[in-house]
Amino acid sequence: MTEPLLEIDALNVTYHTDQGKLSALRGASLIARAGEVIGIVGESGCGKSTLAASVINLLPQAAEVTSGAVRYKGADILTLPPEAQRALRGQDIAMIFQDPMTAFNPVLTIGAQLIDFQHAAQIPRAEKLARARALLSRVGMPDPDLTLRRYPHQLSGGMRQRVAIAAALLMNPTILVADEPTTALDVTMEAQIIHLLRDLRRDYQGAILVITHHLGVVAELCDRVYVMYAGEVVEEARVDDLFHAPRHPYTRALIACDPGHFEQATPILPTIQGRLPDLRNPPTGCSFAPRCPLAEAICATPPPRVPISLTQSALCHKAGGQP
Amino acid sequence: MRWPANTRALRALIRDPMGLMGLVLVTLFILMAVAAPILAPYDPLALDVRAKLQSPSLAHWLGTDQLGRDTLSRIIYGARTALTIALTAIGLAGSIGILLGLIAGYGPRWLDAALVLIFDALNSLPMMMFALAIITVLGPGTGTLILVVVLVSIPGYARLIRAQTLTLRSADFIVAEQAIGASTPRILLMHLLPNVFGPLCIVLSMDIPVVIMLEAGLSYLNLGVKPPTPSWGNILYDGYTAIRTSSTLVIAAGAPLVLATLGFTFLGEGLRDALDPRFTTARP
Amino acid sequence: MLTYAIKRAALAALILFVVMLAMYGMVFLVPGDPASVALGPRATPALKAMLTERMGLDQPVAVQIWRFFANAAQGDLGIDVWSKRPVLDQILEAFPQTLLLGTVALSWALTLGITVGVLAVVYRGTFIDRALGLVSVSFISVPSFVVAIYLLLIFAVWLQWLPAIGAGKAGDIPSQIKALILPSIAVGIGWVGYLARMVRASMLEIMAANHIRTARAFGLPERRVVTRYALRLAIVPTISVIAVGLGSILSSAVFVETVFSRPGIGTLITGAVFKRNYPVVMGTVLFTTAFYLLVITCADLLIAKLDPRVRDALAR
Repeated sequence: MTEPLLEIDALNVTYHTDQGKLSALRGASLIARAGEVIGIVGESGCGKSTLAASVINLLPQAAEVTSGAVRYKGADILTLPPEAQRALRGQDIAMIFQDPMTAFNPVLTIGAQLIDFQHAAQIPRAEKLARARALLSRVGMPDPDLTLRRYPHQLSGGMRQRVAIAAALLMNPTILVADEPTTALDVTMEAQIIHLLRDLRRDYQGAILVITHHLGVVAELCDRVYVMYAGEVVEEARVDDLFHAPRHPYTRALIACDPGHFEQATPILPTIQGRLPDLRNPPTGCSFAPRCPLAEAICATPPPRVPISLTQSALCHKAGGQP
Repeated sequence: MRWPANTRALRALIRDPMGLMGLVLVTLFILMAVAAPILAPYDPLALDVRAKLQSPSLAHWLGTDQLGRDTLSRIIYGARTALTIALTAIGLAGSIGILLGLIAGYGPRWLDAALVLIFDALNSLPMMMFALAIITVLGPGTGTLILVVVLVSIPGYARLIRAQTLTLRSADFIVAEQAIGASTPRILLMHLLPNVFGPLCIVLSMDIPVVIMLEAGLSYLNLGVKPPTPSWGNILYDGYTAIRTSSTLVIAAGAPLVLATLGFTFLGEGLRDALDPRFTTARP
Repeated sequence: MLTYAIKRAALAALILFVVMLAMYGMVFLVPGDPASVALGPRATPALKAMLTERMGLDQPVAVQIWRFFANAAQGDLGIDVWSKRPVLDQILEAFPQTLLLGTVALSWALTLGITVGVLAVVYRGTFIDRALGLVSVSFISVPSFVVAIYLLLIFAVWLQWLPAIGAGKAGDIPSQIKALILPSIAVGIGWVGYLARMVRASMLEIMAANHIRTARAFGLPERRVVTRYALRLAIVPTISVIAVGLGSILSSAVFVETVFSRPGIGTLITGAVFKRNYPVVMGTVLFTTAFYLLVITCADLLIAKLDPRVRDALAR
């Protein structure tokens, strides 16, 4: 196996809120290799966006990394001096943000921002402009020259998301992090953006991290998947194994609730009963136990990470038995 | 039912040092106004020509003015003047503002447009110039002063109520009332008013120091409360004319004015933070 | 953009018309004729007749109003009842003084206010932030005329460092500067607090915006993020606040000019109010309102120029 490009190792992140400390990430680990597309799924509040932000160490003010490491090509990003971290951002590791409505500065043109984003490249302005134009046509913008002169609010949501993808690709980063790239879009736009991302991954050399709560996106785009729940990675698997042989009860519930997988019409949409645990006071045992149909007495103790195969593991007392 | 929330707000107010300070200052100020006859050592209008422009002494804690009147007594009664005018003017402006705001927000569209134009016109006048024009026409006096405050404040209140009404009139419960055939006055009184009242109250309370300031300012210019009625502005003016011979009067009249406006502002800010952290308005 | 400018100018003119109509209407609603009110106990029939004629009160109301607007449109604001001098001349004499006072006050208030606001952002959540916040609120709520009188007491009466009254000798720049110091402090002090609070609030809001995170995620240097991405947005609301706040500068100028006996719009109008000098009061109100509307309209146009979102919303 190739050396991992990115390795998140037992990361713990705490938010300082008015109501006390909140554990957003609890020992989350992840590995991404060159050429891989990694999916990170989970419901809202499970810590997936915190995980994405920690990849470039752009956590909100209130957040604090209490332990763990984020290694890029073997070096821990979190301990690098701020200037070195900044040099990685946008150049080696680029982000595609969740909300295309607010991701761009409203008073600067798209062209001005796409040129600004290439600030580290020692090339003339005209070349930067040409590169921006080339990438805009690469992501399927019909009139790149016009787009460069436009302001963000003059573009539709789908177009802005294309521009966001073009922006992320500007400096040829080795890691691309897409945080909920399709959440803000309608179904047609979503399909188009997924199509674009699939198209891009064919000739992309680095690793792509796709953060989403949408299993359909995972199924269409990803090679491997990390399922997150209450700040923990509860299951890790290849995409085929995840959908055909899920081992963690939460993964199964997630798949059961995904409307995209229903083969027949159903009168009621299935949901997972109960609520996320209070992360200000996380449970000592399995965090999914209160909502789990298989929960037993043993689930009140910390669950083991059970290896299923070389590529699959689940954080569950019951994962050892039959799937 | 709403008591727990209110006591929580009160506790939050007291825990905030700024809010606590405001509460103390405002309480003192109101106490001074209400108990003026008990607190004041002298009649605020009693002249004593032999004892004019005295420095502080045991007999006159804050000295006397040009006519030998006891400054402390005049200041205590001045609190009464300030509070009476502020409450009357704000109360009147609030009531009329509610009425016009409800009419604009719930009434026919042409009326709304006309009222908004008038509000905008009033709002785009430099306030002080407008006040002085009214005083020119009506002549200075307490009545004119209250009218000035009312006219200047109505547009702001009415616009607030109108905006709240516009958002509420399409709310489900109002539509439901209309569907069961409730009369317009009933909807306005029973449903809209209670809902728009809260935000207005915060704005009203934050305008009290502004009115106190305007009263004192115009009285200082001899265009507000007519002498010999004690007003902080009048006393300040008396002090200003005597500033080269005695500074006691100026200092004594300015201090309560500063403390009262600070107190009300701190209290208003504290209340706003305690009740609703999202609600922030600032005025220049 | 041009249609918008024309529309705004027309609206401003309409507002001005409504305002003056209301003022004029008020004069006629009041019991007693303005001439005898203005003369007070001195009124003799001969004096009254003369004043009535000078104020144009012998004409029908509609004619008076029509004359006022027709003359005002040509830049003629009437004649001072007492001194017989044209009102416009007096205003044009007084206005530059007030403008100078306001500009100097606003300039130092802007410098200090923005600095304090940025400091509060830098030290947000700390003791310094809270202390600056307390100072800002205090500055906003303290009446400008009390500040003026206290400054006069301390620096002119006690210490005798600076002049107590006047605007300095004509042609003597140092004396004019000296005379400007205390009044401009009194006028500007509320603005320091106000601007500090506003800069703090808008900077905090903008620095938390998603597009700032985007700029950081692309590794833009922090200084570039602040100056090019954040400050440009923070300027927009500041412009409209300063324009709208011009009204309150005029208010404090009225008081402060009176305290320091400075010539200006404030002393002009208060003097006229005492004497019930209608043409001067009306003329001053019309002039300042027109100026105020002009500034607000220009500020809105400037905002539309700076913010493409506003520009596009207007074009629709």
